[in-house]
Amino acid sequence: MASKLTRSTGAGWAFALPGFGLIALFIIVPFFFAFGLSLTNQRLISPNPTEYVGFENYRDLLSLSVITLEPERDDSGAVIRDEDGEIEYPRVRTITRSDDFPQYRGMREWFRWQSGDTARVVVASDVVFMKALVNTLMFVLVVAPVQGALALVLALLINQKLRGINVYRAIYFMPVVVSIVVVSLLWRFIYDGNDGLLNNLLSAITFGGWQPVDWLGNPDTALGSIMAMSIWQAVGFHMVIWLSGLQTISPTLYEAADIEGASKWQTFRYVTWPGLRNTAVLVLIVITMQAFALFAQIDVMTNGGPLDSTQTVVFQAVERGYGKQDISGGSTISVILFLLVLTISLIQRWLTREK
Amino acid sequence: MKRLTNAGILAGTTLIATGAMAQTELSMWYHGAGNEVESNILNGIIEDFNAAQSDWTVSVESFPQNSYNDSVVAGALSDNLPCILDVDGPVMPNWAWSGYMQPLPISEEAIAGHLDSTVGRWDGEIYAVGLWDAAVALYTRQSTLDDLGLRTPTLDNPWTGEEFMAALEAAKASGDYEYAFDPGMAWTGEWYPYAFSPFLQSFGGDIVDRSTYQTAEGALNGDAGIAFGEWWQSLFTVGYAPGTSQDPADRDNGFIEGKYAFQWNGNWAGVATIEGGVDDVVFLPAPDFGNGPNIGAGSWQFGASATCPHPEGVADFVEFALQDKYLAAFSDGIGLIPASEEAATMTENYAPGGALEPFFGLSEAQALVRPVSPGYVVAAKVFEKALADIANGADVADTLDAAVDEIDADIEANSGYGH
Repeated sequence: MASKLTRSTGAGWAFALPGFGLIALFIIVPFFFAFGLSLTNQRLISPNPTEYVGFENYRDLLSLSVITLEPERDDSGAVIRDEDGEIEYPRVRTITRSDDFPQYRGMREWFRWQSGDTARVVVASDVVFMKALVNTLMFVLVVAPVQGALALVLALLINQKLRGINVYRAIYFMPVVVSIVVVSLLWRFIYDGNDGLLNNLLSAITFGGWQPVDWLGNPDTALGSIMAMSIWQAVGFHMVIWLSGLQTISPTLYEAADIEGASKWQTFRYVTWPGLRNTAVLVLIVITMQAFALFAQIDVMTNGGPLDSTQTVVFQAVERGYGKQDISGGSTISVILFLLVLTISLIQRWLTREK
Repeated sequence: MKRLTNAGILAGTTLIATGAMAQTELSMWYHGAGNEVESNILNGIIEDFNAAQSDWTVSVESFPQNSYNDSVVAGALSDNLPCILDVDGPVMPNWAWSGYMQPLPISEEAIAGHLDSTVGRWDGEIYAVGLWDAAVALYTRQSTLDDLGLRTPTLDNPWTGEEFMAALEAAKASGDYEYAFDPGMAWTGEWYPYAFSPFLQSFGGDIVDRSTYQTAEGALNGDAGIAFGEWWQSLFTVGYAPGTSQDPADRDNGFIEGKYAFQWNGNWAGVATIEGGVDDVVFLPAPDFGNGPNIGAGSWQFGASATCPHPEGVADFVEFALQDKYLAAFSDGIGLIPASEEAATMTENYAPGGALEPFFGLSEAQALVRPVSPGYVVAAKVFEKALADIANGADVADTLDAAVDEIDADIEANSGYGH
């Protein structure tokens, strides 16, 4: 593949310059800005001077502590239980808002577990951010494999010489070209708790036996609903990438497999899959990065609710930096997200390296 | 931004070229893009103003309301603000403190007799003046009150909290309605603090402690605040009100269609409700939860940006626009409450016997402006999230504590916001 282009480096750099320039201007420089801002108390707009605050923004976001709660006891020393038989503990706010424990000031319960009679409560200085982090990771963990696999199945289905196959290609690809904001608005109607399309459909299939679910209004289903809709919207794009991978596999290999009497599964396992190796790495990394950037769906559909069940890292960065005019806080979140994505990408690179 | 301002200057210079030679151009931004009636009235005022005097010529640029505040913040960051700024009442202190508005040199006579809530003051100075205010009332049908056997509350004798809850219970028990009460959870954003913080104040709490504006501790999460939170949560757990996932279409039409017995809504929806066929609609005052009945106040106002070299020109324009006939025109056009009583008598809806007359009384008797502080912008967002979380079942005390921590941290990070 060596051509004049790869050898004549002057022309090569000249061609690359606009791209590199734009990337430097809009991605690399802002990143260093963000890192710089995250060490200050910069506000979006404020007459107050900016001050250097060290890593305080990071502490405010990431501080965690564990509080041990002893059960409430009556005069005889017996543990007090409520009507359901659950042990009663003092409220966490009696500790976090008490002047006796300045180290827990401003912290809030994230989750707790019980060991014996005592309860251990994990308190965080920014519970919303912690939930956003968990939700984002959960989103990536589900969406990356499911979307990748579904895209591959679709690619295998449309990689056939059938009449009208282009119609299916167009249908599967269509959601990708529609703006995600429009798609999110439409799915808000589909997920509507009263007379949304999905509830109506399920009700029709079960002959009225279906109890309507408020998909986006219920903390248990909200994130899952957004996952499903996001996969539906983006799967066509990765289907096309898989398809291009499939079409680079030489037909002679399939013919050889056919002659050898390989089953369909064997053909896939020993011909198709090894041939898709590089495509798989690309698809996985791209989906992972896109999934970490989850924002528009949240902004349009749930605003992070209900009960923070759909908070995400990028949504928090925007909400904080612009909505609450705290640019340094928003920058800090961006830096943390960058480190997170970088770490995961490096791990993926290492796991999928050529052995 | 730059392109827009250039367009404004271009429009201005064309006017100068064709009109009087000595007029100085004043650019203006307005939040009402997309509303034709509103734009027509404003353009009429501007034309009249430009023709009536020879010092200034105003040229306007309209933005959609949803992105208006963002546009101004972006304009301020890039030093590209117009001379005349249109500003939402509760946001004004933030813009004044941030240094992109300057005091408006308007005479006290020009605003004599105007509703207090239409005059935006910060740090002892007038920064912005509005042509109208808005008010919120409890919408219901006279037939609903009759069917449920409820007393009609008045401004002098509003419902108590218990009476209000009894009314909701009666409406729920009747089985005639999908929900007894529609507070408007579908209208996210400024609606939450504007419409719901007066309930909190009626309980005796507040978003921040207004004696110092330095903390929310005790105001938002004190006993009154927690009592308010418990009551708020009960609206949703008992099933009186639709929650945060309410369909926006139901918010707009649910009351008209008879899905809701009571609706908490603003005067701007009054005409549509009557035209929608609810001819026996009544606008009831806010219930009193112990600390007096309250509704929010403060709407859009005009002021001068800090970079404007001619604040006296802005003041001239605002004084000109404050004429009763323009106040009345805006009121007739888009249903807003005119800022003065004289103007009210000239309007179709707010004159004595007019369909929306109760709102003028509500505005006079119950209006309480939102906290006058630059920190309000952030506190409002925190409050909105707390109310949504409580409605969705979060622990009341913990949620309010967290909101207090966030508001206090923001006040501290801004060195007390200059109070």
